[in-house]
Amino acid sequence: MSEMKKIATRESYGNALAELSSQYPDLVVLDADLAAATKTGIFKKACPERFFDCGIAEANMMGVAAGMAAAGKTVFASSFAMFAAGRAYEIVRNSIGYPHLNVKIGATHAGISVGEDGATHQCCEDIALMRTIPGMVVISPSDDTEARAAVKAAIDYKGPVYLRFGRLAVPVFNDPATYHFEMGKGVTLREGGDLTIIANGLMVWESLKAAEELEKSGVSARVINIHTIKPLDAEIVRKAAAETGRILTVEEHNVIGGLGSAVCDEVCASGIPCRVAKIGVQDVYGHSGPAADLLREFGLCADNIVSQAKALLG
Amino acid sequence: MDAIQKLELQKIACRIRMGVIEGTFHAKSGHPGGSLSIAEDLAYLYWKEMKVDPQNPAWEDRDRLVLSKGHCAPALYAALAIRGYFPEEELKSLRHIGAMLQGHPDMKHIPGVDMSTGSLGQGISAACGMALAGKISDKSYRVYTILGDGEIEEGQVWEAAMFAAHYKLGNLCAIVDNNGLQIDGPVDKVMSPYPIPEKFAAFGWHVIEVSDAHDFDQLEAAFAGARAVSGKPTVIVQKSVKGKGVSFMENQVSWHGSAPNAEQYETAMAELKAAMAALDAE
Repeated sequence: MSEMKKIATRESYGNALAELSSQYPDLVVLDADLAAATKTGIFKKACPERFFDCGIAEANMMGVAAGMAAAGKTVFASSFAMFAAGRAYEIVRNSIGYPHLNVKIGATHAGISVGEDGATHQCCEDIALMRTIPGMVVISPSDDTEARAAVKAAIDYKGPVYLRFGRLAVPVFNDPATYHFEMGKGVTLREGGDLTIIANGLMVWESLKAAEELEKSGVSARVINIHTIKPLDAEIVRKAAAETGRILTVEEHNVIGGLGSAVCDEVCASGIPCRVAKIGVQDVYGHSGPAADLLREFGLCADNIVSQAKALLG
Repeated sequence: MDAIQKLELQKIACRIRMGVIEGTFHAKSGHPGGSLSIAEDLAYLYWKEMKVDPQNPAWEDRDRLVLSKGHCAPALYAALAIRGYFPEEELKSLRHIGAMLQGHPDMKHIPGVDMSTGSLGQGISAACGMALAGKISDKSYRVYTILGDGEIEEGQVWEAAMFAAHYKLGNLCAIVDNNGLQIDGPVDKVMSPYPIPEKFAAFGWHVIEVSDAHDFDQLEAAFAGARAVSGKPTVIVQKSVKGKGVSFMENQVSWHGSAPNAEQYETAMAELKAAMAALDAE
């Protein structure tokens, strides 16, 4: 497993945009002085006439994206998650969300795995913010294969989409030859009957490792990848609640307002008796450090998933 | 513009003002002051300047107007209704539950509204996006956007100003409606945006100053001047009178965001009808 190829999903994002550029002549890409980091620079190189740097001005970039979409373009607007979802929130809500314009927000450097830049850049609130905008689709892909597929699906969908990508290189475990992405549909990666681990982003791979470890202790864990947090695959969540009675959510995001909250909402509404525990950033700020160390420190790793799963069963 | 054309535009501006009073009175809320100060702009834009087709509001080659000062929707709605986008009767249901005409412009449901606006400072960015999209697609359409003088206190406006000049958006024309008042008082007392022309010039815009926004000759010269510019965006900075055309509303900050009661409605409509009768008599 450790020899598995690793690619950061921001890299997948830039590559997918560049590869799809000729197929979609109306596709344009905006960035806010971070093209080298968000990897939209790859698109810029492939297609300079359809790339527009907006400078360090995210609010205006989101408004420009709205205007270009209103004039018929399929627009990707990119920055770090902190600025795309955080700083520009109100523009995204009013200029993109309210008129339901065809803008895709490609937000990279999400979560604490940003690493050394520290708390100001480690956005663990973006999913919560974007989920609350009516009509906004929210996707957090787990690896290169899924990220590329998500970019294509976002282009084919008419309306606003928030796509969350990471800075850290992560294992490519979905097989591009067989992988099929369907917006709003969760993926059961592993069957199990004792509990269900529901994860997204880079926590999916950690959850798979944890499930393998749990099996050694005689615990049968189902693993579901919820790449689309909104609209949530209600059916797969309800089925997991009914069949396993225990759900552990795992996300690189504040436990308030993200995947765990979305799952809790669904389970509560279902009336199915089911305990839910949430692994995530426990309503605190991150800090500087190597990404791998931070992920361990914040419990966003297979070891902690194993122990939390056992606690949930105990 | 000949005298007959000018008279026609003056009548249209007067009808737009009646629509503003009608709408805000029936809504029992809304923003008559800044709506009344842009009546001539809207008359000139929708009847003389802009290439539009009310029968086909989504026509992709149309000129576009983004009302960045979206709270002045009553004036935009009146102009669109009179221009034939929807029945004037709709103005009476402005802001009502279930009505088409929302408190602020809603492009999803109102024919002729090119962009949803209302949160200040955002419309100009969208206008930049439309202008850029037109430019890269070799479209000849032009994009207009109207901002308030208080609105330009928003930082996003200056991000957009930088962007428009950087991308040489010669197909973009902004109008800053300098009526001198914002909700909390005179703009220079609340947070001075002055000097406005110099600021835009420093950002790389072509600047045209209009000393009387209610004079169609000046508007004609200004919009012709904007059209003649290429390679950079143009801003028309116009001095206007907030509440223009209704004597008791003129230059009164209290009319920024309050609606006339029944008595005030009658007085205002009587004044506007008298103004219209005078124009008819010309």
